[in-house]
Parts: sequence; C-alpha cells; structure tokens
Amino acid sequence: MSATAEPFAELPVAPKPALRRFHQARWDEPIIFELSSPGQRGIGVPAADVPAVELPDAVRRKTPPALPEMAQLHVLRHYVRLSQENLGVDVNIAVGQGTCTMKYSPKVNDTFVRDPRIAELHPAQPEDTVQGVLEVYWRLEQMLKEISGMARVSLQPNSGSAAIYANIAMIRAYHAHNGEAEQRDQVITTMFSHPSNAACAKTAGFEVITLMPDANGHPDIEALRAAVGPRTAALLITNPEDTGIYNPRIAEFVELVHEAGGLACYDQANANGILGITRAADAGFDLCHFNLHKTFSTPHMCGGPAGGASGVSERLAPFLPGPTVERDGDRYFLDADRPLSVGKIRPYLGVTPNVVRAYAWIMTLGAEGLRQVAETAVLNNNYLMHKVLQIPGASVQWDKRRLEQVRYSWRELSEETGVHSEEIGVRAADFGVHYWTSHHPYLVPEPFTLEPTESYSKADLDEYAAVLAHVADEARRDPQFVKNAPYNQTIHKIDPTPLDDPKQWAPTWRAYVRKHLS
Amino acid sequence: MTHPYIPNAEPGVRAAMLAEIGATSVDDLYGAIPASLRLNRPLDLPAPLASEHELARHMRGLLDRNTDTLETLSFLGGGCYPHHVPAVCDEVNNRGEFLTAYAGEPYEDHGRFQALFEYVSMMAELLEMDVVNVPTYDGFQATGTALRMAARYTGRNRLLVSAAIGADKLSKLRDFLDHDVPITLVPVGEDGETGAFEIDDTVAAVYVESPNAYGVVETRLAAIAEQAHAEGALLVVGADPIALGVLAPPATLGADIVCGDIQSLGMHQSYGGGHAGYIATRDEERLVAEFPSRLFGIAPTAVPGEYGFGDVYYDRTSFALREEGKEWVGTAAALWGITAGVYLALMGPQGMRELGETVLARTRYAMDVLGAVPGVRVLHETAIHFREFAIEVEDAQALLDDLRTDGIYGGIRLDDTTLLVCVTERHAKADIDRLVAAVAAALPVQDHEGHGR
Amino acid sequence: MRVGLVVNPVAGLGGPAGLKGSDGAEVQREARARGAGARAGERAAAALRALRAARPDAVVVTVPGPMGADSAGAECELVPFTPTEPSTADDTRAAVRALAPHVDVLLFAGGDGTARDVLDAAPGRPVLGIPAGVKVYSGCFAVSPAAAGLAAAEFAGETAEAEVVDLDEEAYRAGRVSPRLYGTLAVPAARVRLSGRKTGSSAAAPDSVAAIARDVVAGMRPGVRYVLGPGATTLAIGRELGLPTTLLGVDVVADGLLVGADVSERELLALVDGGEAEAVVSVIGGQGFVLGRGNQQISPHVLRRILTGRQPVEAAPAGAGPGGAPTRPSADGLPVRRPRGGRGGLTVLATRVKLAALGGRPLLADTGDPDVDDLVSGFTHIVTGYAERVPYRIVPASKEFYQ
Repeated sequence: MSATAEPFAELPVAPKPALRRFHQARWDEPIIFELSSPGQRGIGVPAADVPAVELPDAVRRKTPPALPEMAQLHVLRHYVRLSQENLGVDVNIAVGQGTCTMKYSPKVNDTFVRDPRIAELHPAQPEDTVQGVLEVYWRLEQMLKEISGMARVSLQPNSGSAAIYANIAMIRAYHAHNGEAEQRDQVITTMFSHPSNAACAKTAGFEVITLMPDANGHPDIEALRAAVGPRTAALLITNPEDTGIYNPRIAEFVELVHEAGGLACYDQANANGILGITRAADAGFDLCHFNLHKTFSTPHMCGGPAGGASGVSERLAPFLPGPTVERDGDRYFLDADRPLSVGKIRPYLGVTPNVVRAYAWIMTLGAEGLRQVAETAVLNNNYLMHKVLQIPGASVQWDKRRLEQVRYSWRELSEETGVHSEEIGVRAADFGVHYWTSHHPYLVPEPFTLEPTESYSKADLDEYAAVLAHVADEARRDPQFVKNAPYNQTIHKIDPTPLDDPKQWAPTWRAYVRKHLS
Repeated sequence: MTHPYIPNAEPGVRAAMLAEIGATSVDDLYGAIPASLRLNRPLDLPAPLASEHELARHMRGLLDRNTDTLETLSFLGGGCYPHHVPAVCDEVNNRGEFLTAYAGEPYEDHGRFQALFEYVSMMAELLEMDVVNVPTYDGFQATGTALRMAARYTGRNRLLVSAAIGADKLSKLRDFLDHDVPITLVPVGEDGETGAFEIDDTVAAVYVESPNAYGVVETRLAAIAEQAHAEGALLVVGADPIALGVLAPPATLGADIVCGDIQSLGMHQSYGGGHAGYIATRDEERLVAEFPSRLFGIAPTAVPGEYGFGDVYYDRTSFALREEGKEWVGTAAALWGITAGVYLALMGPQGMRELGETVLARTRYAMDVLGAVPGVRVLHETAIHFREFAIEVEDAQALLDDLRTDGIYGGIRLDDTTLLVCVTERHAKADIDRLVAAVAAALPVQDHEGHGR
Repeated sequence: MRVGLVVNPVAGLGGPAGLKGSDGAEVQREARARGAGARAGERAAAALRALRAARPDAVVVTVPGPMGADSAGAECELVPFTPTEPSTADDTRAAVRALAPHVDVLLFAGGDGTARDVLDAAPGRPVLGIPAGVKVYSGCFAVSPAAAGLAAAEFAGETAEAEVVDLDEEAYRAGRVSPRLYGTLAVPAARVRLSGRKTGSSAAAPDSVAAIARDVVAGMRPGVRYVLGPGATTLAIGRELGLPTTLLGVDVVADGLLVGADVSERELLALVDGGEAEAVVSVIGGQGFVLGRGNQQISPHVLRRILTGRQPVEAAPAGAGPGGAPTRPSADGLPVRRPRGGRGGLTVLATRVKLAALGGRPLLADTGDPDVDDLVSGFTHIVTGYAERVPYRIVPASKEFYQ
C-alpha cells in the first residue's frame, strides 16, 4: 500500500458523474457452518416440565445434526450481511426484470401482516373469530371481479403458475362434467405467452399446440383456425404478450375457440398496463388469472411466497377450488359444500399475507388510481423504449406500439462484438441495476426485456437507459472487458463448470464437504 | 394530488414525457386496443383511502374482528403449527433487500443465493441427505412433486399412499396425480400406524408420513422401505423437519425421497400463509435429474477464497427428456426458505433436540391427562406421538363450542366424534391442565355404564 | 489452447457480383471480372481478433498465404502446405487434413460450399464456420465472425452435431433453390450460460430432436409404413427405435423394423404400395423446404400413393385439427398417444428454433408436381417436441419464388 496521501478535492463538492459509482456490499462472508463454535446457542427452548419420553431405538436419532452452533448476534449479523449483498426493489431501479412487474411494495402494507391478528391466526379457527380476514378475502374477490369482469375469483393459488394450473384443473373438470375429457386433449397457447401456460398444460396431461407470431408480431390467427377442433380443450393466452404487443383481434381468438367448443383462458400476468382500460370478460374469456405479486404490488420475496387469483365466468364457477368465502349480511363464512369443485390446491385458504397486502394496495388507489397505474406504466414503458432505441445496436423486432413492457434485441451489437445479452446484464449490474433476458427459446435473438411499471420516475428511467448505453459502448470499445464483468459486485466472475458435473457439484454443504474437503 | 406510489403521474412530468416520445396523449399509446373492448367507465371500486393514516385505520377496523392464537389458548394444528417464531427470523425476513428482491444474478444478489444455499445445507444435515431443493409452494406441492419424481425415476405409474394423511392433502394429490399416476390408499392399522399392504412391480412409490396425520410416529419405516425396495419401488416419506432433532432421519431408515412443509421452522401461522415445501434426495444423478425445482450449488470464482453460487444441473436432461412427466416451475416460497435457515442456525443441534424432547413429553402428558377425563378416549394411545393426537368424544362440535366460551380453541374436528389436538413447546404444562379442566367441565358426567346423564 | 484456421479465399466472391455463390473457377473469374473482392480474409481476421482478446494464450495454427497466414497476422504457427493458385476445393480439404491433428478446434472461413469441403476432409476435430460465403445455411456456422472467435475461445471440449447443407448453385442461379443435406460436423457446444435464469420460471424444454423422435415413435401404429426423409431429426427416430437408419437417405420403418434403408424412388413406391404409409420429413436448409429438396425419392408418385391410399378417418381435411382416435388405454394400462400425422400421411418435424429462424416465411414444397404441392399445402401441425405441435403453413415453392 502506498503511503502517499491523495490530495483532497475542493469545495464546493463537484457534481455527481453521469453514472453512479456503485459498489455492491462485499462482506466476504463465510458459509454459516464455518462460523460454528461448539457450545454456542442462538436461542433458548422451554423445558418440558413433564416426564420425558424415551424413544425406542427404531425411531430415535442417534447422532445430532451437524447444524451450526452460534450466539444470537452472530446469526443475526451473518444474515444482515447477506441481506446487504442483495438488490431489491427497495434499493435499485428494478425495471430490468420484464414480465415480472417489479413495483414498489408499500411498507405500510407489511405492518398489517406483521400484526398478530394476521400473523398469529390459525386457518382452522372458528369462523366468528376470523371475520376480519374473511372479509378481506371477500372484499378482494369483489374488487378483482370488477377489475376482470369475471363472475367469481379464487384467491387460493400460491402464485401465478399455480393459478394457471388451477385454471387448467377447472378446464379439465368442466370438460369431464360434459363427458368430453377424453376427446378434448389439446391446449393451444402462443409463443410469447408465459411458458408456464404450456408447462402446466403438460403437467395436466394435455398436448400443447403453440402458435407462432405472424409478420406483425401477433399470434397467427390463421394458425389458430387450423388448430381448433373437437380436440381443443382451451386456449391459454397472454395479452399483451411478453413482447408488450397487444393482440387487437383477441375477441376473434376467443370466438374461434368457443365455436370449436373449447374454453378461453386469459393469463393476465401482464395486466399492469390495462387496469381499468379493458377486461378479460369483455373479450369473452371464460377464465383468467392475476399475479398478486406483480400487478397488485405484493413483494417478490426473493421468489415467493407469491399469490395468484383465478377468475372464472358463471359457467365455470361451480368448479372453483374450495372452500369459497361467502357473505350473509354482515357475516362471512366458508362454503366447502361444492360438489363440482376441483378441491384443494394448497393447504387452507390462500397466501393470506399477500391477500391482505393486495387488498390494502387497491384500497389506497381506487378506480382512478388503478387507471393512473396503468397509464403511467404504459407511458413509462414507451418513454424508456424511446430512450433505449437511441442506443446503437439495440432494436425491437416489430415496429409496433408496446403497452407495459418491451422485448428488445442486442442482435446487431452482439454480431458486431460477440458480447451476449446475458453479459451486458452482468456488466449493467456493476452500476447497481438489474436486468433480465427472456425465456427460452430465444425467438428474439440476444433478448432483453424491460418493464418500468408505474413506480419509477423519469430520472430513474433516464439513469437506466444511460447505464445500458454506457455498457453497449464499452462492448464496442472492449468486448472482453464486458465479458469479464462483474467488477463492482460481492464476488467476481463465477466458473459454472462444476455445477453441471455430478462428481463435483455441491447442492449442499454436506455434499461439498464430502466431495471437496474430505 | 400526485399519488405517492406513482411519481410520473405528476401532470408536468407526464406532459414532458409525452412530448419527448411524440404522443399527444396517453390514449394514443392504447391505439391497439379496439374500442369494442374498452371499458368506457370508471371501475366500480370503493372510494380510495389515499392517506396512509386512513388506510391504517380501515385495516385496523378489519383486524379488530380477528381473535388470534395469542389472545386465546389454541390447540389447532393439522398442518399449520403454532411454534415459537424467534424475533431474529422476523428481523431477517423483513429486511427490504430480501423482502423486495426477486431474480437477480448470483452477482448482485449473492446474498440470496448464499442464504438459500445455507438453508438447503442445514436441512440436509437435519435430513442426512445430500440434495435439498429451494422451497416449492408448500408441503402439499412438495409431496405431489416428490411422487411424480418417483414415477419418472422408476418409469412406473401407480402409487401406494398411507391413509394416515390429511383429507385436504389427499384432495390435492388426487387432483395433481390421479389422471396419470393413480393413487391406492393403504389402510391405517389399529395402532395408528400404516397397515400391511401388498405391492408389485407396477408401483412407483410407497408414501408414508411420520409423524402422520394423527401425530403417530411410524416405527416400521425400515420394514416398509425393505418391502418397497424388494419390488423396485421407492419409499417417499413426508416428515416435518422440526421433529428431526429427536426422531431418526427417514433416510437412515431407507427413505429414498423425503418431503414436507417447513412452516414449523420459523414461520407464523398467518392464516395459512406460512407454508413452503421441501424435497430431499441422496446425491444420485438420476434422482437429481428429476427435480423440477432449482438446486443451488457452490462454484469457484476468479478469486481464491470466494464462494460463488449457481444452479446445479440446470439443463437437467433427464427431466427435459421425460416430457410425459413435465412439471411447471414458478415463483414459490424462497423467503420462507431463508427464514427456516435462520431458524435452524439459531436452534443448532441442541435447540432442535431440546425442542423435540419438550414436544414429545408434553404431547404424551396431554394424552395421559386428557385420556383420564371421563368421556374422552385417546386414539392410538400406545403409539409414539409427536405434537398431535386424536381423541374421541360423544359430540366433537359441542365440545369445541363449549371450549370456545372458555377462550380455548380445542382442536380440529376430524368427524362428528373425533378431534385432533396439537401441543407444541408454546403450550406450558399449565396450558394443558387448563384444557383438561375445561374438557372435564364441558363433558357430561358419565355413570359407570358409560352413558351420559 | 490451439486453434486452427483455414480460409477459403474466394468465398463470398460471387455474392456482391450477384452470382449467388462462388463455386467453380468459371464463376470466380466472372466475379472478379465484375469487380468483386473476396471478404473471407477480413472476416477470418475479425474472428481471430475476438479469439485473441478473449484468450491471449491461444495459439493460432494455419497454413501459409491467403488460405490462412494472410489473415492470421505474424503471431501464428504455420504448417507447411502449398496450395494451387487460385486455390480449389481440393486445397481446402488438404489444408483441413494438414491442420486437424495439430489443433483443439478448427475455424474455417467460407460458406456452405467450404463447409462441404471440410466435411469431405473428415477433420476428426471439432470445427466451427466463420460466416463468409454467399450461401450460409448450414448449422455449423457461428452467427458472426466475432461469435466464431469467442466460441473457439470458450471451447472446453463439449461438442454438438451440426448439419452441413448446400444448394445446387446451377439451380440456384436458374432461380430454383435446391438445398441438400450432406452430413454433420462436430461443433463446439454452446456453453451453458450462468446468467439469464429467472427465479423459478418454467424454462421451455430445450429444443431436442430426441423429444421429437420420442413423440413420433410413441404415435407409431402397427402395420403403417413410415417413410423417414433425410436429416438429423429423422435419424433420431431411428435411434429411438434402435434401428440403423441413414442420415442422408430415405428409410422405411414399420412395426419396429427397418424394412428399407436408403431406398430409391422405385423401391419406395413398392414399399408404400397397398398399405397405409406416412411420410416423415424435416426442414432442410434455411429456406424452409420440406419436400422436393434433398428428399426427391419421396416423389409426387410416392406422395400421391401415401396421401390418397389412406383410411378416411386419418385423412383430416385441410384446415382441421389432426384426426385420429382418442387416447385409449393399452394392454399394460399405460395411455397410448394418439396417432400422429398432421394432415394425414405427412408428418413434418422441426425444432421451434428452426421455425423461428424462418422469420415468419412459410415452409415450402416443390415436388415437381403442382397438384401434389397443392395437396400438401396449408397448415400442418409441425411436431416440435413431445406432445408439442406448432401449426405452420406449407406453400408450393412455385408460389413463393416464381411469382
């Protein structure tokens, strides 16, 4: 280290540079097992105060589990450090995770779910002791009914994909009820619908028919005409699709499927730009679903718990998961007596904390606020697109208006420099932002998907676009520099090779010790 | 007022942005949506509570209509358990960086990867298995997926499932599996354990829970494993990890896949919102290949002494090649995984053992003292119980209603005459005694022929 | 690591001159006369720049002169070799044979014709094409010179098979596109990238010809003769059945047996006569041909016999969904997949990536008989994976190209 002191800058402090001089927290934290010290305790446990039970050998644990032994402060400190080595919506401009609607999750809503009158409720309590939480379920259902135009909404699904699966279970039950379960064994979806639609349909045993985009970037309606028939169980479609393009002929799509005797199911994961503008029921859909953790602001929690809502028209209502929450005057109760119901899709009623948060969020916005959310999300997206398309090497595949998100392409930049979209994302993170490519397979080459939602300011969007422009420029000047990123992160570039080698991979510390330290 | 959650709704900003993109109004941007599909009226929603204070008051009004399990004495379990949640668990999972993160790369979200890796690693120690997944939705889903994994692994499509399983879980399993992997139930024996069964080489797996839906610890797992393995089937065991400080890990008794819910490990009951599922296997490539969920593993970085993380076996060929049994993957319950990791680190080996001993002892105590009340029959009395047991009374609902008036949620009604009672470390001896006294007071005094008076 | 380089110095010559290719000395002279310059050399140099930036320690091994050293700069190792002037296809093959034993991976700059020469030389090493030709339809090329250099730099031993296709240039110049599959080369497998993995998202199943093959095999019915066209996708069906079907020829399988390998049109006619048959073809080359290119054995006669000799129940009318009996349990209780056959008699196979690469253009049929072309035209359910279909248009090539 040099002993020469750097000269100080002078007052007034100079303006900030164009890009943030970010560095992610780097605690160089060991794996928790390495922090263990024999005899330490993190927390006490009540003693039995009644006679102990001697377990027979057949069921008794012989050797204690090799869990870490740590004092409470040290457990806390370890995890707080790990939390700091993490970007969340609270700390970054989270517009880079397209399709996920990363919006602000209001702090006040977290206070409601930490309250013991939510946190310490058991789901099998007598109904008269949980009237408040049942009312929240009931009221949120009413609001989502209005937002979608559907007849009933179930809040039981754990997530968006679970809601898709619940919808498919209802579709199967509906056709079975009409004696057509065997015959209707195909589900139609589109290339730019969320891949969980196809995956859930396959889990349920359906053959999946995927419509490719036509020359305008819309799913090809002629292909749909060719696809529908007596085997059609349902159309599962996202609109706007993950490209951000709204399919204006959606009502025709629904009609074609109905004419063939199939059902139409609307994946509304991308609803943030159309709240109060257009509704699933108005296009004739039989089922739809929302993601509470996207459109309705519940936090993403590192990947859940999330929350899904399945909406259905009158003719599908008997098949909803049970129990449903019903109201009788001022009294709310559970109705489990639903003979055609697809049954339980999870334990008890739903992801209650997220139901409470979503309810509170809608209550602060109302009709006018939701419309402002949608309009601002769309404005922000078009503004960001305007900025991004000024970056040389960035492009979009179809020259179409986009609603709330855009799937862009670095094709030109990548062909010129050999730098891939993923690598641009890793380098962009050096400036404290976050970025996602797209689902596979990459129909749009070298893709990236941005969805700015309503939460971010004009300055945020300018900053994000400036980061991308800077990294694209770096890629041109020194591709290898970008490919060797990151530089300002908790750790340096990872060699992923051992992760795919059964002899080396270490999915747990236990496996790591056995393979590499023994 | 510009809404506090929507900065660019401010009219000046909005106008400037529209001008910059060359649009005259936001409506221009919606040109793709046909007029016939437009909702040309405001949504019919309650008037907004635009200030935080008004919202909080409204929510308080709703919450006031709930009576939680800290205000009453609750013996409710049935898959959602009232264990003590350490304050550090809540502190960590309320950190905004964790709470509001989603899908960052292993660089900017290194902390999430490490915390989840540590969670699966501590679970692995408890389970004595080398592979544990990043949490799936809940124990129901974990079981459904574990059984599908077994079907794919064995190439077979029949399941034997112990009938000592909750009705709701069975409903989920039937919906998830029955259409291509049908379930046959194995009856429960008199002692509350899984009864004898016949098995042939069409069976993919035998599924048994321990402790099971009646709180009974299965003592014959090793024999069941042997019987399953003899026909080439797997043994899949559902286990609540909270019991494994004292109970033998199912893997040591022959289980091939172990699965269940981790709500007990530091999650509040939250009216059913605290669930997350785990699946564990040994480190065998063919089994690892069948996980539809993510597995995080250690990888080196460019700098010595740095742990990097990434997805183990991301392109799982076998999984991808077996489209017949494909499953979806979605946003599930990662934060509860991190929280369970914090819980296990706080508890350590001693804490887990002590907690197990306390729960075992208090469960037995509660069974003994309740069983001594006239009019109560404890089911499966000779079996080892962990945390739950069933009792038979003349009128289960009437008893529950009576206990309610004493401020007690007495248990979950399984049928007209059967109740499931749950006892954890949160129930002091005095709490159990209070329950017993209330039950004794509530039940009609019996004459010596056993008839109510 | 050691990286070989072979440049076809005349590759790309015919393109700017509007000659649709550069094969043959005559065409090359003509191109030069039209004032065209070759661009293979500069594109090879671009690839090496990317390689050296990423792997400064990489040793480039090449041959002297315009076939290598002129593009490779001073710092390269030379293998003695004297090409003819101007160089020919023979020189490319000889240079590949000379370099292959000395390198880990071999880059070659050129087009589909060059790729054929590399294939003919049987390099016995992984290779990767630097796109520099007029026709670049083969799968063994990187998307750009920089991408080729970087792929070589990142090569760690894992390879994948990539098809070599080429057009008949005479026909191409006459306005007819006629791709043919010549074989496959081992290329560096794209490394699994660490990034881009969204938390808990269903990744679509990787495009897999094996999954397509399993689907086709699962739908095979007793007594039906399956006519398998050329290509890696149809070859995978043979692999799935455990039969030694051919990569380049037309094979016939029935009831789990190979009843004809690399058959001629005449043999094929005899094999499909009198019983139910199904043609199973894949997409050859980048233009989207499914019939009439590289599989001419499946002639209009053959197709007519297959398409008209079917039971009515199988002959789904154009525009309708695939016909067939509903799923029924088999003797062992496992569900039997429905019979395949997008439009009754013709099954088309393609990965979704291949369909996407068409950029919305239709698939093409050019059997030589306009009536048969019309018969197979319209939407067909392309088999893209196990229990996965993409409805996609087939049109007569005459309508796409000659109007």
